[in-house]
Amino acid sequence: MSEFIQQLLNGLSLGAIYALIALGYTMVYGVLRFINFAHSDVFMAGAFMGYYLAKLVPSDTMLGGLAVLGGSMIGCAILGMAIERFAYRPLRGAPTLNVLITAIGVSLLLEYTGQVFFGAAPRTFPPVFPERIFTVHGIVISSSALAVIVVAGFLMVALEIIVHRTKIGTAMRALSLNPQAAQLVGINNNIVISFTFGLGSALAAAGGILYALNYPSIDPLMGVMPGLKAFVAAVLGGIGSIPGAALGGLVLGTVETFVGGSEWSTYKDAIAFAVLILILLFRPGGLLGRSTIEKV
Amino acid sequence: MDVMRSSHILRRVGALLAAAAAAHLGRAEEAIYVGEVASLTGKEAAFGQSSHKGTLLAVEQLNAAGGVLGRQVSLHTEDNQSKQGESATIVKKLISRDKVVAVLGEVASSRSLEMAPICQHEHIPMISPSSTNPRVTQIGNYIFRVCFIDPFQGTVMADFAEHTLHVRRVAVLTSVSSAYSVGLAKYFKERFRDDGGSIVIEQKYSEGDKDFKAQLTAVKAAGVQGIFVPGYYTEAALICIQARELGMDLPIFGGDGWEAEELIQIGGSAMEGKYYSTHYSPDNQAPEVQDFVRKFRARFDGETPDAMAALGYDSAMVLADAIRRAGETNGRAIRDAIADTRDYSGVTGKTTIDPERNATKAAVIITVQNGKFKFVQTMSP
Repeated sequence: MSEFIQQLLNGLSLGAIYALIALGYTMVYGVLRFINFAHSDVFMAGAFMGYYLAKLVPSDTMLGGLAVLGGSMIGCAILGMAIERFAYRPLRGAPTLNVLITAIGVSLLLEYTGQVFFGAAPRTFPPVFPERIFTVHGIVISSSALAVIVVAGFLMVALEIIVHRTKIGTAMRALSLNPQAAQLVGINNNIVISFTFGLGSALAAAGGILYALNYPSIDPLMGVMPGLKAFVAAVLGGIGSIPGAALGGLVLGTVETFVGGSEWSTYKDAIAFAVLILILLFRPGGLLGRSTIEKV
Repeated sequence: MDVMRSSHILRRVGALLAAAAAAHLGRAEEAIYVGEVASLTGKEAAFGQSSHKGTLLAVEQLNAAGGVLGRQVSLHTEDNQSKQGESATIVKKLISRDKVVAVLGEVASSRSLEMAPICQHEHIPMISPSSTNPRVTQIGNYIFRVCFIDPFQGTVMADFAEHTLHVRRVAVLTSVSSAYSVGLAKYFKERFRDDGGSIVIEQKYSEGDKDFKAQLTAVKAAGVQGIFVPGYYTEAALICIQARELGMDLPIFGGDGWEAEELIQIGGSAMEGKYYSTHYSPDNQAPEVQDFVRKFRARFDGETPDAMAALGYDSAMVLADAIRRAGETNGRAIRDAIADTRDYSGVTGKTTIDPERNATKAAVIITVQNGKFKFVQTMSP
């Protein structure tokens, strides 16, 4: 029984990271109807910003850790807005496929620019938060795993509030409904889209830092696998839906962990993806998504 | 412009003088050409650089002591940029244009496997310093190595776990995407079972995985006394960190894939008291080893030689020893002499070439203590 609860906790903390990255995919898709493949590399950039910022603050303190987290989120928000300004905005109105290819190009650009500047060898991420290990009835959880769940939960609630309770959130939803009509009622589309990218990238940075805290070896290609899994999580939960992304991430993380701890551990990715296919067969819109018919 | 020209002339004069001196000694045209293929740049540059420095030091020492068979040794080093497909081209060039009598290299088994068929075809002896995959020397009778092979390493760790750590129930955590890891796990399990121990649980992961808590939680529930992790240093360090997070305080041990400074950088204090087997330790107090460490530090700005450097050094020394015994430099004579190597005393222990052209030699067990690698013991074959 305690093994089951332990695995569930392991799965939740892994799933929370997927969920955090998935939110960025789903938000951009919700507003612009396109998949921002560079998102997973903003995640990587976030971890590296944290790596360099950590050298400036005292290590192992709560305040220093929060400063690193905040600084990296701001840095990535700027990076995300810059990517949108220079790579995607010139293509506004172009066919979706063009933007998609550009996104893949930006992703590769970030990965290999990272290799030039940071080198291909993995670096060690410093412990920026004070690390503790809690044991309750034989069930162990580290403070960094706990931090992932708490921070992810907090950011998701904050995101829900921003999207549903603020003016800019209303503008985002209006834009996603109908960009032309939104412009007609006086919404500045460029500002709203910039904001969406900034917000999504800040979440990716938070994900990158939390990921690096739990798995302290970072390299320029570290975003590829978690990015892919988070994308799957977003689709699984219903792309475009914020609670869906959270749920998708948690489901994927938990399934992966339970399979990884069984005798079929070789097939853990295969089984996690098979679950995705199964769910999409029965619910094509994802767990919480609305299935809509795309006009071709 | 004038300065440049005069320096150019000076260099010319210098070269002429050197040539005259060499001609005077009657050696220049008789140098023995030896080829070396190494990954000096690219992703395995750390391994290639170390190995090359060891080889270079050996050649410099040989030449300072009057060369081999009274002739200087001329080392032709080529970089394959850690890329697949480069090594074969380079070896062809070394053999046909530079007329090398033997080839040293490579560290990575996959690239040694590219070079070996060409050396075999041209009947040029090749010595790999540190490719441990058994297939390398199976290419043909001109291919040798001066390191032990994976099956030996697996059995050594099984014996070490059984007799030194006194563990009877272990878990094996294998990387399924690496031939090295799968091979090592196989030989470990065979020997450990033969010795009467039991493999309680086996878990798998893939290269590049970051989360091992699922596997480790299952291992913890199975109630084992130790974990064998035959993988590379990045994953090994993360596994040790996560095992500690799960409150598992038991010995974790692996093979020479753990050997890198990054193991301690990434793993930090979680690496304390973990063990791995490798080819050599600079802490070994044997006089040959200490002499080598001292000379290496003097030559390369105080850098401490690692196992790759020691094996690079030994590969060149074993070759020189064979050429000496052969008394000539044609491929067949050198090949026969290398095959006859018995108890050659190098920095990585006594090297004997077996009928499969592999070296049988002792392995070294290393542990981590106070954030430093520390020599534990030598395990003889």
